Amino acid sequence: MADNKNFDTPMLDELEKGPWPSFISGFKRLRDDHEDKTINGMANSLLGQLEHSYETRKGYWKGGTISVFGYGGGIIPRFSEVGDQFVESKEFHTMRVQPPAGNYYTTDMLRQLGDSWEKYGSGLVTFHGQTGNIMFIGTTNENIQHFFDDINDYGWDLGGAGPCVRTGMSCVGAARCEQSCCNEQAIHRHLMNNFTDDVHRPALPYKFKFKVSGCPNDCQNAIERSDFAVIGTWRDDMKVDQEEVKAYVAAKGRQHVIDNVTSRCPTNALTLNDDDTLAVDNKNCVRCMHCLNVMNKALSPGDDRGVTILIGGKRTLKIGDLMGTVLVPFKKLETMDDYEEIIELAEEIIDFWAENGLEHERCGEMIERIGLVNFLEGIGIDVDPNMIALPRQSSYVRMDGWNDEAIKWFERKAEEAAANA
Amino acid sequence: MALEDMRSPIESGCPDGFQYMHPVMRKNYGMWKYHTHPRPGVLLHVAKSGDEIWTIKCATQRILDVFTLRTLCDIGDKYADGFIHFTIRSNVEYVVDDEAKVQPLIDAIEEAGFIIGGTANSVATLSHTQGWLHCDIPGTDASGVVKSMMDELIDEFKNCNMPNRVHMTTSCCQINCGGQGDIAINVQHTKPPRIDHTQVGNVCERPSVVARCPVAAIRPAMVDGKPSLEVDEKKCICCGACFPPCPPMQINDAEHSKLAIWVGGNHSNARSKPTFQRLVAAGVPNNPPRWPEATAIVKKILNTYKEDAKDWERINDWIERIGWPQFFEKTGLPFTKYHIDNWRGSRHSLNASTHIRF
Repeated sequence: MADNKNFDTPMLDELEKGPWPSFISGFKRLRDDHEDKTINGMANSLLGQLEHSYETRKGYWKGGTISVFGYGGGIIPRFSEVGDQFVESKEFHTMRVQPPAGNYYTTDMLRQLGDSWEKYGSGLVTFHGQTGNIMFIGTTNENIQHFFDDINDYGWDLGGAGPCVRTGMSCVGAARCEQSCCNEQAIHRHLMNNFTDDVHRPALPYKFKFKVSGCPNDCQNAIERSDFAVIGTWRDDMKVDQEEVKAYVAAKGRQHVIDNVTSRCPTNALTLNDDDTLAVDNKNCVRCMHCLNVMNKALSPGDDRGVTILIGGKRTLKIGDLMGTVLVPFKKLETMDDYEEIIELAEEIIDFWAENGLEHERCGEMIERIGLVNFLEGIGIDVDPNMIALPRQSSYVRMDGWNDEAIKWFERKAEEAAANA
Repeated sequence: MALEDMRSPIESGCPDGFQYMHPVMRKNYGMWKYHTHPRPGVLLHVAKSGDEIWTIKCATQRILDVFTLRTLCDIGDKYADGFIHFTIRSNVEYVVDDEAKVQPLIDAIEEAGFIIGGTANSVATLSHTQGWLHCDIPGTDASGVVKSMMDELIDEFKNCNMPNRVHMTTSCCQINCGGQGDIAINVQHTKPPRIDHTQVGNVCERPSVVARCPVAAIRPAMVDGKPSLEVDEKKCICCGACFPPCPPMQINDAEHSKLAIWVGGNHSNARSKPTFQRLVAAGVPNNPPRWPEATAIVKKILNTYKEDAKDWERINDWIERIGWPQFFEKTGLPFTKYHIDNWRGSRHSLNASTHIRF
């Protein structure tokens, strides 16, 4: 800091103590050590306002409407309510930038992004926000356009903010995980980049999120945190390397395997044989992943891989938490046609929801309001018993279409049998 | 900038990830065979080709200044082949293709002050939100809560002493952007919004605000001759849903915005189906800069889980086995009328059986 006095930050100073890395120390480095006076001033001002929040236990940021030329979103505008006291951070907008699926970077690219941000922003960045964006935290009305132009030229685009398709997220995936059953990179990019217009120009009832996990461990938290969850799975037999099973039993003991593997199977589909091999009732395996997680060398997903698609996960606002619901129990994703189909499904769902969702109503909330069957009929998907945990309990329902529906079921089964013959 | 100088955006969307992957990852994409966990913070993945990739995971302060970003890059360039991967909980992962590179990398990371750990059955970094630093509706800070808590839980991050992994989250309002967690520490408001009636008519789109209320407690009203909104305080659940669309309905309060603690959220399908977190403690003071009361409760829950759960049980699995009465007994947390859910569909959360542990 050259000219102005530093704000006192006795409460924030407490957060420089202790062994965990301190974000406050980072802010102070920007305030004290950066060669750019604008960054020094912004950091000092931000520290001042944050200290004020700590003292009064209140936040002091207001939203607004701001974007770059040609877009309607992608930025979280922040104007300070106490900007007269903390002038240099009175405009402090966050730029949301879409990362690659799985969040991979080269150091060269991170440096380039850092250099651009230093030119136009506060020098603070988070990899990544909870929606999945790179969060470039803190710039002015004027500089959002300059920063965007700069990074857009070398391959980066804004993410979603507001009622729009949001930035997607994917787990580490097939790049480094033996459990991955799908190509997260391809799924993520095919879906997201089909909807760039809906990302950049918010015009939907509310947010819509895509997330991809390579297997049912769902490290990407897709089922609960996305409107459209794609989860890798398989439908043939899991692979068992019986020699590795024996090696595991020899190393850990039979009791350990019974206590930690076979008895934890949610459908009792595993038996440890007398000869220390493992028997699997594959028809009753629900692909929960537990045994594969524990006996990682011995057990692997099968070869007939695809994805399960669940729709409508979200958090509390407004009707309470919802998990996604199975919409497509299994879908192969191998050919370009397969990818076209998943894109068309997503378009169908978003169109139906855009048409029928209320303002600020997530897709899952709309399904809750209109019922899953109305939603299925709206998007042209047939019912499937994998969509439910339990069939109807209450008899208070009108069922005079029963015979037609039963005939449809048998016809569909016959068609499937013919197709598989 | 004048309109004619404006540059049209290149709508490139999500970039290609393969260009940023370590060559060993590109080569063995979709062809990995198994992994092992040689030590806390280190993973070894072995491909069907026989190739190996070693991952070293470390925690940072998450909100990075450019100096810290460059330090991370320097380590990456010198010791880790020039690649960096971020986990969804904002940890940094370096990958190297040779075991010989592991120890020098670990030394460099520790020398720079980052914390190695967070793998397997450890307490991972709390996933968190923006808080007072940048959110427009926060009841508390996020980074400060995480820093304070991880200072105390650092040994559980660096070591793998838990029955299974523990994912913690924190959120600065009841929207819960931090997400489901084995343990979640979230703001819980306890008083209805305070309304600035001079502002509502100018600032808020009143029908949208009325529609936003989950319990239909808001209605239009004329106050002192001005169009405003009023809240039926008997119906109000103090959720704060009206505050984002209508800032004059201030929900945050230095005294009455408290913290609540929830447990048992689990995203994985392993063993049981994914679960939502459940309320276990509330009325916890929102006490910057160190939030010691919240950390104390979290530690109590963690210690009980650590002592009592079986291997591979996540917190929800453990409680499912021992039952909620024992959870409250073992942790010493009070069970109150607020633990009994009365939201829609909540009757299924009541015990309609004689399954009782004595």
